[in-house]
Amino acid sequence: MAVKTITGESFAKEVLQSPVPVLVDFYADWCGPCRMLRPTLEELSDERSDIAVAAINIDEHPELADEYDISSIPCVILFKNGAEAERSIGLVPKEALEDLIG
Amino acid sequence: MTDIIIIGAGPAGLTAAIYARRAAKSVLVLEAMSYGGQIINTPDIENYPVAAHISGFDFATKVYNQAKELGATFKFQRAVEIRDNGDTKTVVTPKGEYEARAVIIATGSENRKLGVENEDKLVGRGISYCATCDGAFFRNKTVAVVGGGNTALEDALYLADIAQQVYLIHRRDSFRGEEATVSRLQERENVTFVLNSQVTKLNADKKLESVEVTDKAGNTRTLAVSGLFVAVGRIPENQNFASVIELDGAGYAVAAENCRTKTPGVFVAGDNRVKDVRQLVTATADGAVAATEAVKYINA
Repeated sequence: MAVKTITGESFAKEVLQSPVPVLVDFYADWCGPCRMLRPTLEELSDERSDIAVAAINIDEHPELADEYDISSIPCVILFKNGAEAERSIGLVPKEALEDLIG
Repeated sequence: MTDIIIIGAGPAGLTAAIYARRAAKSVLVLEAMSYGGQIINTPDIENYPVAAHISGFDFATKVYNQAKELGATFKFQRAVEIRDNGDTKTVVTPKGEYEARAVIIATGSENRKLGVENEDKLVGRGISYCATCDGAFFRNKTVAVVGGGNTALEDALYLADIAQQVYLIHRRDSFRGEEATVSRLQERENVTFVLNSQVTKLNADKKLESVEVTDKAGNTRTLAVSGLFVAVGRIPENQNFASVIELDGAGYAVAAENCRTKTPGVFVAGDNRVKDVRQLVTATADGAVAATEAVKYINA
């Protein structure tokens, strides 16, 4: 499965109402560490069938960044049952995201 | 056995890998995080010869691919120790031990923290170490910058264009950074200097709401800010290797321009070395010198 791009409209359905936990990457195109992290998220999306992986461009959806009090990216939030369960900030190794997912 | 182990895949380490491979030495690069080092945080590099504009990410990716195409091997593991066995060196990571004839330490540096309670918890919730990375989240908000060097001054100037109000908090009454930048800041109506003061408390609920600053006389005041940009310097990442290299008072590895350390066969390249100018171009230059010296050492 690929990393799914989330828009304002699809956020509720794809993330909040998802039957499986969703790892959401809040990113921007100008953010170097975000670009560096992307291959890791793609790998996780390929390897893990128990979760979904999604991405939100914070320049296109500042309201979502605001809602989740994001002030630094990359910021990866694990959503479970419609709510934030875990959060990871900055460029981190794959193991750190695997730990986050549990 | 590898000819040369390079610790760190930033610009210095990657350039060292290119030079060592072109000298036909086998190369293993050990990197704790991901290739590129701190340059990946720079949106636009404008002072590297040939490329008038290139993003740090693109720069790092190009150099990484160049090193890989030349045959350097990469393992993403953190080196925690170097053992000197005389003619060989052993580099230890949590996943294994690797032997080499020579080692180049190109670990760079990390952000120095303020050391105030809850700082780690609030990273990404108001606390930042990179104004150009995170400044955009504070449009029309009130922020503070802590520090007195060029980074702090430039951060404050950058943020003055974005934020509504910028406090520049510095523990002395004069700045280490350039006078010209200080003057430009003084001209900004939305920049306020808070001098002879230190941040002593971070007040937050879910995210940063205000900071308490204490001046030299012991008076405290609270500044309502939604962002605090910490620019109080960097710490060289040499601590794990203190048994084979000499460190100066600030923790930088003592080595002359030839990048040789006190241990034959151990070299140091880039921002973690004692030097006056820490720039991308001096980091890559160090990589070339260290690799050339390492090749010379192995061939001797």
